[in-house]
Amino acid sequence: MDASRREQIDRLNKFLFKSTGLLTITLLGGIFLMLFSNSVLFFLDVSPVDFFTGSQWDPDTKYSFLPLLVSTFLVAVGSMIIAVPLGIFTAAYLSELAPRKVQMILKPIIEMLAAIPSVAIGFLGIVLVGPGLASIFGIQNGLNALNGAILLAVMALPTIVTISEDAINAVPKSHREASLALGANQWETLFRVTIPAASPGLIAAVMLGLGRALGETMTVLMATGNAAAIPEGFLDSVRTITATIAIEMGEVPYQTTHYYALFAIAAFLFLITLVVNFTGEYFANRLRKFHS
Amino acid sequence: MNTIKLRAENLNLSFGKKQILKNINIEFQENQVTSLIGPSGCGKSTLLRSFNRMHDLSPDAKIDGNLYLDDLDLYAKKNSVTDIRKRIGMVFQKPNPLPKSIYENLSYALHIHNYPKQEIPDLIEKALKESFLWDEVKDELKKPAVKLSGGQQQRLCIARTVVLRPEVILMDEPCSALDPISTKKIEDLILRLKKDFTIIIVTHNMQQAQRISDKVAFMYLGELIEYDTCHTIFNNPKNELTQHYIGGHFG
Amino acid sequence: MKKLLNTVNWLVLCGSTLLVVLILGVILWDIFSKGFSSISLGFITSYPTNGMTQGGIFPAIIGTVLLTFITTLFAVPFGVACAVYLNEYAKPSLLTNIIRASIRNLAGIPSIIYGLFGLALFVQALQLGTSILSAGLTLGLLSLPYIITTTEEALKRIPNSLREATLALGVTQFETIKDVVLPKALPGILTGVILTLSRAAGETAPILFTGVAFYINGISASASQEFMALPYHLYMLSTQHNEIEQVRPLAYGTATILILLVFTLNSVAFYVRFKNRTQD
Repeated sequence: MDASRREQIDRLNKFLFKSTGLLTITLLGGIFLMLFSNSVLFFLDVSPVDFFTGSQWDPDTKYSFLPLLVSTFLVAVGSMIIAVPLGIFTAAYLSELAPRKVQMILKPIIEMLAAIPSVAIGFLGIVLVGPGLASIFGIQNGLNALNGAILLAVMALPTIVTISEDAINAVPKSHREASLALGANQWETLFRVTIPAASPGLIAAVMLGLGRALGETMTVLMATGNAAAIPEGFLDSVRTITATIAIEMGEVPYQTTHYYALFAIAAFLFLITLVVNFTGEYFANRLRKFHS
Repeated sequence: MNTIKLRAENLNLSFGKKQILKNINIEFQENQVTSLIGPSGCGKSTLLRSFNRMHDLSPDAKIDGNLYLDDLDLYAKKNSVTDIRKRIGMVFQKPNPLPKSIYENLSYALHIHNYPKQEIPDLIEKALKESFLWDEVKDELKKPAVKLSGGQQQRLCIARTVVLRPEVILMDEPCSALDPISTKKIEDLILRLKKDFTIIIVTHNMQQAQRISDKVAFMYLGELIEYDTCHTIFNNPKNELTQHYIGGHFG
Repeated sequence: MKKLLNTVNWLVLCGSTLLVVLILGVILWDIFSKGFSSISLGFITSYPTNGMTQGGIFPAIIGTVLLTFITTLFAVPFGVACAVYLNEYAKPSLLTNIIRASIRNLAGIPSIIYGLFGLALFVQALQLGTSILSAGLTLGLLSLPYIITTTEEALKRIPNSLREATLALGVTQFETIKDVVLPKALPGILTGVILTLSRAAGETAPILFTGVAFYINGISASASQEFMALPYHLYMLSTQHNEIEQVRPLAYGTATILILLVFTLNSVAFYVRFKNRTQD
């Protein structure tokens, strides 16, 4: 092959590589367009006022988004209440206290936890956590918001621990040394200097964990009881946006109001996770800029 | 008088807003060793790299002016950059052998440039001999190149360039990562290679420039300050800046 | 007083970490201790019988393997190519920023939305029907951002001096990528790909409406057929079956096989990574 032929091949390949980059934009655009256009079709049939008020999601009569939204946030925020302290303390232990050997053992353990498929965690919600909650609280069955929150906490833990640990490790040694030199002990340094300095990274960790919890389907579908009414507490059965799509999409006829409704709630889920993830991203970038 | 092999006319080069080379005019003669010297950041490596178009991949590099190999306009659109780089080879500061065997380090570019298969072993042997490496590696050509010592790796990189029979070899501080014994071997190598190639070398080492150069160019803050024979630059420099630099006052 | 406080602090940190370890321990203990007793050669190699209350999970294992295979075939070439574009060719520009933002965004989209997209695009618009092909392509889209990100990480670790080495010999950029950069980055790329596939193998939501079935009575080589998959099988056995007590051992067995499959893939990935690190 002569040089000009080889350079032609080079240019052709550059073009091919570039087109795969454009594919990612197309993919995102396609997902957005699908959600948006179906949502428009839905709101042609159902007024937004009805959609955002009311307390029942009952596809035969009324599409009220509120119970699904409240359920989704109840479970996800509940999971953060459990996972955030646990995750940040574990990260603090890993980066500040743990001997090298313990770190070497703990990191694979956390990666193993991250690897367990969500359906297996959901299964444990049914066979282990559910009965456990039922006997502790003396209720009929343990398939409720609390169950979902516990399981989502387990699933969000690896994300929170890993990112928090990076954030704590990124705090310059000099900060800590300065604090220790002023007579503060190890704990005062950790809680008053290191953790505040790492806070953008910790917020990023929480946001990315929350994003994951909001979008998780199988665990909540299996463990939360799926009652589409506004819950009054953690012991009520709930039904998240994701679970609603999973349950109903299999049975609806294509191109009906009900079908469009499921895309419409997916569109809102998309927007919510987008905002949460970009907030996390924003804080992660701030941390990066701050330390580099 | 030798013929002029490589030249730059009114060369200006900037990265973004920062101008690195200012109106450089320089000619390099065939079968000579020319050293580019000057303090760090004076633009000597940038000048060297512009001759085989290594700046093509830097998105913010902007080049004005003309560079020629004989009468070939190096930056003309119609001219093939791969062909230019084959004719103007380059050896880098840190040895960068490919993660392949010693033999493949040399055969790779030969295959790419379509040398006939049966000629390749002989070409490789010749290049390794020219690079003073043959005796050390002839029994272990299949060994990964990264297992060689630093000095051997750098001679392998020179052999890898030599095997393509380029007309010019650019060297960017080829000895700066090496020990004195390896440096001596490479200097001997350079003196021998100039019979067949035109060599331009960037160096920080004044003694080295003195030992190997026919001509020396002194650069300062992106400008070519003085360009003369090695003897003149080191014994009778005309410019005050050159005098200071040679005298070790800065750098 | 201060001493007491320090002890409490220590207890909180260590306790949290212990709790995290304990959680993994409980998960694995509960599933494995009850699952291993259901596993036998027959469980792995036979079809479900008696309305799912007996027999094995052979078609679900095969389905998951084939599904992951289709995902790989689709996602790896596109993902690697996109990473190559970003790391080797793309210059800082608005377009590059948009591509990067898209990829980060895609990685954060809930998997059930990929399921909807797969349904709308592959099943309906492209008329592929509910099939293993539709499901595999859907999982491929889901995996794409992870493969791009991990591949780009691997490419970033290749020093520029290697690229310069061949470019200076008159080798084109594409030849450099093909012959030097990608081979050198291969272990890193492989690690990322295997980890991504292990996630894809455990996913359920994206395949719910794109082709997975509760039961099929024969494995077909055709990509246009519906299929069984381990995660979906576990879901159905544990929630949708009337004979809960009878099928529970089967569910535990399925969960055990699924987790073992995922852990095996992860171990392979870590082995490749470890091997690569020690070589450098």
